[in-house]
Amino acid sequence: MKTRVLMFGWEFPPHNSGGLGVACQGLTRAMAARGIDIIFVMPKKLDVNASWARFVFADTELETRVVNSTLKPYVTGNGYARALHDIGIYGRDLLSEVRRYALLGGQIAKEEQFDVIYAHDWLSFGAGVEAKRVSGKPLIVHVHATEFDRCGGPLGVNKDVYDIEKEGMEAADRVIAVSQYTKDIITRHYGIPDWKIKVIHNGIDEATQPHGAASRLRLSSLKASGYSIVLFLGRITLQKGPDYFLRAAKSVLMRDPKVVFLLSGSGDMERQMMDLAAQLGISDRVLFTGFLSGSDRHEVYAAADLFIMPSVSEPFGITALEAMKTGAPVLVSKQSGVAEAVKHALKVDFWDVDEMTNKILGVVRHKGLRQSLSENGRREVANLTWEDAAGKVENVLQETLLSGVQ
Amino acid sequence: MKSVCFYFQIHQPYRVKNYRVFDIGNDAEYFNDRGEGNLNNRRIVQKVAQKSYIPATKLLIELLKRHPEMRVSFSFSGVALEQLEQYVPEVIGLFKELVNTGRVEILGETYYHSLAFFYSPSEFERQVGKHRETIRRLFGVWPRVFRNTELSYRNDLGEWADKNGYAGVLAEGWDPILGWRSPNYVYKPKGSQNARLLLKNYRLSDDVAFRFSSRSWSEWPLTAEKFAQWLGVAEGDVVNLFMDYETFGEHQWEDTGIFHFLEKLPEELAKNPGIDFKTPSEVIASYDARDEVDMPHAVTWADTDRDLTAWTGNPMQRAALEAIYELEEKILLANDLKLLEDWRRLQTSDHFYYMCTKWFNDGDVHAYFSPYESPYDAHIAYMNALQDLKLRLDKRAG
Repeated sequence: MKTRVLMFGWEFPPHNSGGLGVACQGLTRAMAARGIDIIFVMPKKLDVNASWARFVFADTELETRVVNSTLKPYVTGNGYARALHDIGIYGRDLLSEVRRYALLGGQIAKEEQFDVIYAHDWLSFGAGVEAKRVSGKPLIVHVHATEFDRCGGPLGVNKDVYDIEKEGMEAADRVIAVSQYTKDIITRHYGIPDWKIKVIHNGIDEATQPHGAASRLRLSSLKASGYSIVLFLGRITLQKGPDYFLRAAKSVLMRDPKVVFLLSGSGDMERQMMDLAAQLGISDRVLFTGFLSGSDRHEVYAAADLFIMPSVSEPFGITALEAMKTGAPVLVSKQSGVAEAVKHALKVDFWDVDEMTNKILGVVRHKGLRQSLSENGRREVANLTWEDAAGKVENVLQETLLSGVQ
Repeated sequence: MKSVCFYFQIHQPYRVKNYRVFDIGNDAEYFNDRGEGNLNNRRIVQKVAQKSYIPATKLLIELLKRHPEMRVSFSFSGVALEQLEQYVPEVIGLFKELVNTGRVEILGETYYHSLAFFYSPSEFERQVGKHRETIRRLFGVWPRVFRNTELSYRNDLGEWADKNGYAGVLAEGWDPILGWRSPNYVYKPKGSQNARLLLKNYRLSDDVAFRFSSRSWSEWPLTAEKFAQWLGVAEGDVVNLFMDYETFGEHQWEDTGIFHFLEKLPEELAKNPGIDFKTPSEVIASYDARDEVDMPHAVTWADTDRDLTAWTGNPMQRAALEAIYELEEKILLANDLKLLEDWRRLQTSDHFYYMCTKWFNDGDVHAYFSPYESPYDAHIAYMNALQDLKLRLDKRAG
C-alpha cells in the first residue's frame, strides 16, 4: 500500500516569497518520486467566493487542494492587516484567519482518505492539529523557522505565534527540524523532547534551482570594469542581518573601492537600509535590486564573486545552497543551519563585522580562494539533494505509522 | 640476516596566526600567536615535547643502554630544532645524548621543511646547506642520507643526492611504483651511480603509526611480541619503519600502551637471531641494490594518493605556492635577514597542507592536523601575511 499524506504546504516558486515555497516544492516532488501519495493543501486567495478548489498542477502532478485564504508565509500581524482590503470571508486579523484556515483544514480531513498529516510551519500547524483531531491520524510538523528566528532572538517574540507553534509541536507525533541549530531552539525554548525531533537538512536540485540566461541587470559590464560583486539575497528584515552586510561593506570599501554590494530582496527594513547606506557614505557602491526570481536570480548568483548570508538566526538558508550550486563562493553566518550542513563555505559570527571584512577582502583579492570555494562548493551541494531529504522524511513517516499501530 | 631500520621524523612548523587584513602594514610578526588555541607555536611545541619528545627520548636512551645492538635514525627539521632550542631546550640535550651513543644517525633535509625542491632548486640547496650546518653545530655530525619533506621523492632528487655525495635517499615504498617488487630491499634510484634508495614499508610502519590504538582493527591490540613476529617473517633484507616521532605519545597517547610497546620491541626482536637493527647508512653499506626504481613523478608518504596533492591539489594552494616562490629574487636582493627568515618560514609545507580541501576520503587526517577553522581560513591568514611581507619588501627595495 502506498502511503497517503495530507500535506498543508505553501505555494511554489515563482509565486513564493522565500525558502519555504522552495522547500515545499523540492520536498513534495522528491516524495512523490518515491511513490508517496500527497494531497497538497495550500492557501491562496481565490477570485471565486468558494472555500476551496481542487487542482492538479501539470508541473507537479500533485493532487492539490487550494483553500481560499489570504495566508502567506512570513506574514506579520500588521502586514496582514495592511494587505487585507476587503474582509469578505477572511479573518479580520491574522490569528483569526489562521483559526479559520485550521477549521477548513479539519473539513478537508473529513473528506479525504490518508494515512498521515504533514504541516509546514506555524501558519499551517493549526490546520494540521485540527485534521488530526477529526481524523485521529498521526501528525508530523516540519519546522522551517521559529518565532525566535523571525524576531532575531527571544526579545519581541509574539506570544500568540509562540503558543501556536508550541501547541503544534506538542500535538505532533514527530517534529522535523531543518537543522540541528533549529532542533536546539525547539528543545530549549519549546520544551519538546529530543527523541521526538528529527533533523533533516534541506536540499537542492535542478528542478528548484533558479536558472536562465538573461542579462537584464547588466552586471557583466560592472565586472568588466574591474569591480567585484558581493551579494546579499534574502528578505530585508532584521532576521537576515542586512545591517551587518552594510557595515561590512563600509569596512571593505575603506580598503578596496573596486567592490559593489548588491542587496537583492524586499522587506520591512528596505527603506532603513537605503538610509544606512547613505549615512555610511557608500550609496554609490550599494545597489538595491528589489525581489528577484527566476533568471534574474540566477544572474546575480552567477555574477557574484561572493554571496553573503549574514543572518542573525537562520534555521537553514537555502539561498546559500542556490549560490553554491551556481558556483558562487559563499560566506554564511555561524548562526545558521546551512553552516552545519556544508564544509566548503566561509563562516563567521553574524556580529563580527571585522572578520566578515577580513573574509570578504580575502575572497575579493585572491583568485585561488574564489576558485577553490567555487569548485568544492559546487561539488559539495551536488550531494545535498531533496531526494536524500525525502528519503529521510519517508523513514520518519514509516516510523510514525508503525508506532501508531499499538 | 635481516635488518630493521627505524627512522623518526621530528618537525614543527611556525604556524601563521590568524593574521587579518587589518594587520597588513601594521604587524610584521606572523608567527607569534599567544592564545590558548593551536596556533600558539610555543604552546604546541611545549605540549608535544611533554607528551612525546621527552618521554620517548628518555625511553630510547634507556633502551640503547639496555640493548647494545639497537640502532635508530632521526630527521629533524631546522624550524623544529630552532623552536625546541627556544621553548624546551631540555629536549635538545636529550637528543644530543642520543646522538652521542654513536648508534643514532641523523638524516639531511631542508631546514624549513619546504617543498623548495619542486619550486626552486637554488633555494632548496641553500636550505639543505643551512640544515647541514645546524646539525653539525648541535650534534657534531654531517648527514649522509637524505630525506625530503614529507618523504617526497622524484628521480631528479636521487640524481641530486648522488651528485652531492649522499649515500642514499629515503622514499615511500608505494605499490604502483614497485609493482611486484618488495620495499624490503635496497634499490638504485634511476639515473644515479652510487646513491641508494630505501623504501618505507608502509604497511608495517602504519600498523604502529596509525592503527596501533584502533580497536576496530582486527589485529588490535598490537603487542611487541606479535609485531616482532611479523618482522621476523617479512621477506627481504630490510624492513624500513618510517614514521613521525609524535607517534609515541602524541598521535598514540600514552594510555594506548605505545611506550610499553616501544620498550618491549627490542627484547622481542632479540629473541630472533636472524634480525638486527641498522641505521640507513648501515643498511646501504650492508646490502646490494636489487633493482633500479623509476619515479618520474613525485611520490610522498601522504594520505591515499601518495603524491603532492595534499599540498598542491587546489587553486588556493597553487596560488599561495606561486606567490611565495615568485618573491625569491627580490627577497635575496633586499639583503634583509628578518625578511629572508620570514619568507623562508612561510615556505614550510604545513602552510599549504592546512589549505588542503580533499576532505571527503582521507580528510580526517587533514582536519586533525590543522589548527585553523577551515582550509579557507588558513589561506586567508597566509595570504594576508604574505601581502604584508610584500609591503615590507617594497619598502625595503623602494
